[in-house]
Amino acid sequence: MEKDQNNILEEVTNSDYKYGFHTNIEMDTAPVGLNEDTIRFISAKKEEPEWLLEFRLNAYRHWLTLTEPGWAHIHHPPINYQDIIYYAAPKRKKELKSLDEVDPELLDTFNKLGISLEEQKKLSGVAVDAVIDSVSVKTTFTDTLAKYGVIFCSFSDAVKNHPDLVKQYMGSVVPSNDNFFAALNSAVFSDGSFCYIPKGVRCPVELSTYFRINAANTGQFERTLIVADEGAYVSYMEGCTAPMRDENQLHAAIVEIVAMKDAEVKYSTVQNWYPGNKKGEGGIYNFVTKRGICKGSYSKISWTQVETGSAITWKYPSVVLMGDNSIGEFYSVAVTNNFQQADTGTKMIHLGKNTRSTIISKGISAGQSNNSYRGLVKVIKRAENARNFSQCDSLLLGDKCGAHTYPYIKAENQSSIIEHEATTSKISDDQLFYCKQRGINSESAISLIVNGYAKEVLQHLPMEFAVEAQKLLAISLEGSVG
Amino acid sequence: MLSIRNLHVSIKGKEILKGINLEVNPGEVHAIMGPNGTGKSTLAYVISGRDGYDVTEGEIIFKGRNILDLSAEERACEGLFLGFQYPVEIPGVSITNFLRTAINEQRKYKGLDPVPAPEFLAKMEEKKQLLELQDKLASRSVNEGFSGGEKKKNEIFQMAMLEPSLAILDETDSGLDIDALRIVATGVNKLRRPDNSTVVITHYQRLLEYIVPDVVHVLFDGRIVKSGGKELALLLEEKGYEWIRSES
Ligand SMILES: Nc1ncnc2c1ncn2[C@@H]1O[C@H](COP(=O)(O)OP(=O)(O)OP(=O)(O)O)[C@@H](O)[C@H]1O
Ligand SMILES: [Mg+2]
Repeated sequence: MEKDQNNILEEVTNSDYKYGFHTNIEMDTAPVGLNEDTIRFISAKKEEPEWLLEFRLNAYRHWLTLTEPGWAHIHHPPINYQDIIYYAAPKRKKELKSLDEVDPELLDTFNKLGISLEEQKKLSGVAVDAVIDSVSVKTTFTDTLAKYGVIFCSFSDAVKNHPDLVKQYMGSVVPSNDNFFAALNSAVFSDGSFCYIPKGVRCPVELSTYFRINAANTGQFERTLIVADEGAYVSYMEGCTAPMRDENQLHAAIVEIVAMKDAEVKYSTVQNWYPGNKKGEGGIYNFVTKRGICKGSYSKISWTQVETGSAITWKYPSVVLMGDNSIGEFYSVAVTNNFQQADTGTKMIHLGKNTRSTIISKGISAGQSNNSYRGLVKVIKRAENARNFSQCDSLLLGDKCGAHTYPYIKAENQSSIIEHEATTSKISDDQLFYCKQRGINSESAISLIVNGYAKEVLQHLPMEFAVEAQKLLAISLEGSVG
Repeated sequence: MLSIRNLHVSIKGKEILKGINLEVNPGEVHAIMGPNGTGKSTLAYVISGRDGYDVTEGEIIFKGRNILDLSAEERACEGLFLGFQYPVEIPGVSITNFLRTAINEQRKYKGLDPVPAPEFLAKMEEKKQLLELQDKLASRSVNEGFSGGEKKKNEIFQMAMLEPSLAILDETDSGLDIDALRIVATGVNKLRRPDNSTVVITHYQRLLEYIVPDVVHVLFDGRIVKSGGKELALLLEEKGYEWIRSES
């Protein structure tokens, strides 16, 4: 019976990557390899000011002194950083005024993903900053946002049009010397998104960015900076899928969030990059540094992530709770299948008084994958009455996969209350049979059960994202759903 | 509707069912009684296609077709329903979502489009009333944190929603208080039609006062050792299984 079960699980978890296709857009690339010239090339391409070039070069020089971190529960052949193209951009022929001017092939790509800009614009009222291989192609809804004083644009545009804001906040949450991958990103970042919500403004739409890695052998180095000024609110969505690839692609992004007094930032991610094939060949290496700082009192930052893609995920969206009474939240679903490896979690750093944090992590492992939760809850001496609640659950599909939990707690203040709960479960034969007896086949049953298991996290996603996320969970674990 | 011939079933090499014969016609209600561990649930599981049971001999014909080669979900889609003795919890999945998925899968099997939302909701409402279910029940996760009685009621609710041709109710009465028993029984009776059948597995004669069976069978050590009318249940209650043991 056990054996049958595993066969079924294997069958339904062995689906091919559904979003594997490739768009052909003329590239404008940097020479292979990394040195100061590469960085000067990138900076010149982007017509950057001198201070930014300096920022990059400093980061690069620091990066040279660092070695790749080795503590995560992941394994991969050594990455040859000299074998990577650090800049590729679709050639922009002229300024785009409307969607009609966007490369039809690009629009087609979005259509295949079911997230056409056209539809988004018309139906959902979501402003979309579409990023394809490093350069923002088109930003919509800028006008509406401008009315509220909300700035939402590509990082390059922000450098051009709002240099003071960028200068003030870039690197203030994730310094360029923070870690190996952050230093690399700071040296070679190509583009990304910038978002500023002025004092007291509640951003009227969900801000959404779809990232997409598209050029062969091109590392992707996104950089996102979100600043919510006093009393501001914004919900930001990042989502991505990638075309099928043979060679591994490195991705090392940085996301920085700043929340001032009484501000709230909700950051949601659905990540579905190419995870490699069933044999574990290819797939994206995803080494991301995401961190937010609750700078002012009563501010709040919440991370919600659904991670189904990438061959390797190394990612710990964190919150530094500096302001008194500030709140940090982390809701995560991480799915690994076949030979995927995920080492993900969060850090909640309690610096201020009465700070609170919540961590809900749901790992789902299938195939021969490895899924690790790694989390740190730190309370410093002056952080009176800090509270944390953590719940880390693992769900195993089959018996060849692994789930690991590494919770670290450092409490220096006696008044803090830190709770940690952890469970490991399997989809039971009883549950599967119960579903099947109602006419629901194994595939749909697993999708149903997994979505139920992840519900506590999914319910924190914005509506339109939640639907997509549910589909993704199904797709990444099954063959035909969706 | 259902005809079982000389069914032998083993679990891990041990024979549990030792030659079952059973004939259930459309419109009939059959009761199966018998001591603990004689194979009643095993029979229910084997009919509904659960893995892990070796059918070493015999056949199960459902609506004129040998179903031994069909998967559990195919049998369900063909109109077979099992009310579980121990209903299973599915955390995070609402009853509404669960039933909509089940109904749509069954419709897909029959080549039909998904049920339109208003139609589905109206049906939920109707059946909830039939079983005097609390409104909020449908939004709760399947069986999670349900009391024993609520779980059993929920099984009948699902039956009402799925409208099977043959329902096997495995000890649906155990754990029900007297009011719930009446409600469940009334529900089952209201759902009776000339073209569907019910097999109730029970230990108590009491249920059979509400759901009056056409035939009562006594399952004993893997065999049906006695069949009769509803008076057989009364006799059993009076004399206990010792009486069967001495007779067989
Ligand atoms: N998975 C299994 N592995 C081993 N033995 C089993 C398994 N399932 C059932 N059995 C055995 O088969 C026999 C019949 O069990 P079954 O559950 O069918 O009895 P039952 O008549 O439904 O009893 P009850 O009235 O207590 O519900 C019992 O001896 C039981 O221990
Ligand atoms: Mg039983």
